[in-house]
Amino acid sequence: MKRLKKFFLLLAAAPVVAFAAEAGIPLDKAPVNLADQESLQRGARVFVNNCLNCHAAASMRYVRMQDIGLTEEQIKDNLLFAAEKPGETMTVGMNAADGKAWFGATPPDLSVVARSRSPDWLYTYLRGFYRDETRPTGWNNTVFDKVGMPHILWDLQGEQVPRYKTVDGHEVIDRLELTKPGSLTPAEYDAMVGDLVNYLVWMGEPAQLTRKRTGLAVLAFLALFFIPAYYLKKEYWKDVH
Amino acid sequence: MSALQKMMGWIDDRFPLTATYKAHLSEYYAPKNFNFWYFFGSLALLVLVLQIVTGIFLTMNYKPDAALAFASVEYIMRDVEWGWLIRYMHSTGASMFFVVVYLHMFRGLMYGSYRKPRELIWIFGVLIYLALMAEAFLGYLLPWGQMSFWGAQVIVNLFAAVPFIGEDLSIWIRGDYVISDATLNRFFAFHVIALPLVLIALVAVHLVALHEVGSNNPDGIEIKKKKDPATGIPLDGIPFHPYYTVKDIVGVVVFLMVFSAIVFFAPEMGGYFLEANNFIPADPLKTPPHIAPLWYFTPFYAILRAVPPMFGSQFPGVLAMGLSIVLLFFLPWLDRGKVKSIRYRGPIYKIMLALFIISFVGLGYLGLLPVTPVATLFAQLFSVIYFLFFLLMPWYTSIDKTKPEPERVTG
Repeated sequence: MKRLKKFFLLLAAAPVVAFAAEAGIPLDKAPVNLADQESLQRGARVFVNNCLNCHAAASMRYVRMQDIGLTEEQIKDNLLFAAEKPGETMTVGMNAADGKAWFGATPPDLSVVARSRSPDWLYTYLRGFYRDETRPTGWNNTVFDKVGMPHILWDLQGEQVPRYKTVDGHEVIDRLELTKPGSLTPAEYDAMVGDLVNYLVWMGEPAQLTRKRTGLAVLAFLALFFIPAYYLKKEYWKDVH
Repeated sequence: MSALQKMMGWIDDRFPLTATYKAHLSEYYAPKNFNFWYFFGSLALLVLVLQIVTGIFLTMNYKPDAALAFASVEYIMRDVEWGWLIRYMHSTGASMFFVVVYLHMFRGLMYGSYRKPRELIWIFGVLIYLALMAEAFLGYLLPWGQMSFWGAQVIVNLFAAVPFIGEDLSIWIRGDYVISDATLNRFFAFHVIALPLVLIALVAVHLVALHEVGSNNPDGIEIKKKKDPATGIPLDGIPFHPYYTVKDIVGVVVFLMVFSAIVFFAPEMGGYFLEANNFIPADPLKTPPHIAPLWYFTPFYAILRAVPPMFGSQFPGVLAMGLSIVLLFFLPWLDRGKVKSIRYRGPIYKIMLALFIISFVGLGYLGLLPVTPVATLFAQLFSVIYFLFFLLMPWYTSIDKTKPEPERVTG
């Protein structure tokens, strides 16, 4: 019987073990902290100033940024370039066909990008641009090969070039080296991208903080409700033998 | 007579209210030895109600239009008051429906609840399961994300593998040559009205059949065989209300805690309940590198992929997948065991059931992964075990050494 149990366990575990070794591009951990409103506000500014020129976030209303501690006045004065009223959504002037002609693909809407791509992927991607003269834009990316988007933050980050190493006879990128410094130090640039990713995560689901708060209340209620439910059952079942 | 009694009398002269209440609640005698596994029937009913109620509220803001559907879901998530909660309850409810239904079915397998005289209860149950799969599949197209689109594409293409009529059949289902606005509209119609009606009707006959013959129990013996000679009430039976209503409330509270933990803290459930790729709008020109169905379909998807194409056709795989579900209908007649419950079954049945569960879960896991030679080999092994569990059942259940059943139910 013991041997039989062992056999079952092995059988059940076999597929898991067989596929445990799966290679992927190592992603850097994004410093996501939705409780940090200042980071979210800085990220919002980076997003509106840079991303929103080509990418829309058509599900996102400017006024929703009140949830990250901005007043309607602040939103109007500092962040409302592409829209008339704070109640509008974050659309762009560039039309889809032009985008496709210029970049090879229409710049995707970023409303829920942090949910389709992971925060870590975004954080690595935005820091992973390097010089590649074979590409029409002159830029390539470590996690998004042959990316259509040029490195629009290059003046901040500077220019990186890849250094290769050989793995199993293939040349792969080992690391990126900053050859031409930008106006920010690498630490400052990473912090800025971190704020941006933090904002993108928040924008992917602006209700998520409310959701977690509500969840605690709901679970607390259910835990309390469990007590009378349990004793009610016990009381009724006293006479069942 | 009080005013209330008078009113009840007035109604009872015209509608069997008291009689129905007695027959199905206060004088429906259920075995007193139900255990943990007996919570999932009432929980499935609860989830059905949750799905219908949240579904009704979702349709108030959802737009079944290929150009608007994706954005309308985000509108619900952001601009509709508590819309995110309604949507997450519905998306979590879909997966949790399958969780409770799978556990409910497993209970049936363990205690032989499908055996005579409960064959029809089981058959109605399998029909519910089929309707539920159709309902889930149709509903998954509605968010109009990449996985919605390509998942539907893969499944509808299965019908195209049917010889001779396949191509026309798949066009007839889609209403177009590809998954399109026409498909979305008809799937919406089926999802919000046709299938829910079928489901409710099936659940009703499932319960009517159950209350006609009475519930099975973990001992797999008939409580109706031992009745109090004076009252005619089964000695091991207790009225469903209040005993099981108060007990089920406890089950409901615990279930809702699990449900809420997912809804409020992990609605994506690591990509198993809401897939990351489904947050990208459907794009007919861009095939995702890996198309995985949602977890509750993956055991059957793995069987489909385990069967190699024959004569240049995928049809054998489709057939195997269909057969894997059709076999469930025959379970009451495949089982020749002298006892119903696993408690009194012999070692062979226990081993077969364990192998079956491992295979089913294993297939479910493999169905999530991209195809590799090793994965296919395991899927083939598990598929063979899956089918042997049913096909060899008449043989191994009849030779199995069973223990004697007790006269009365045990703890």
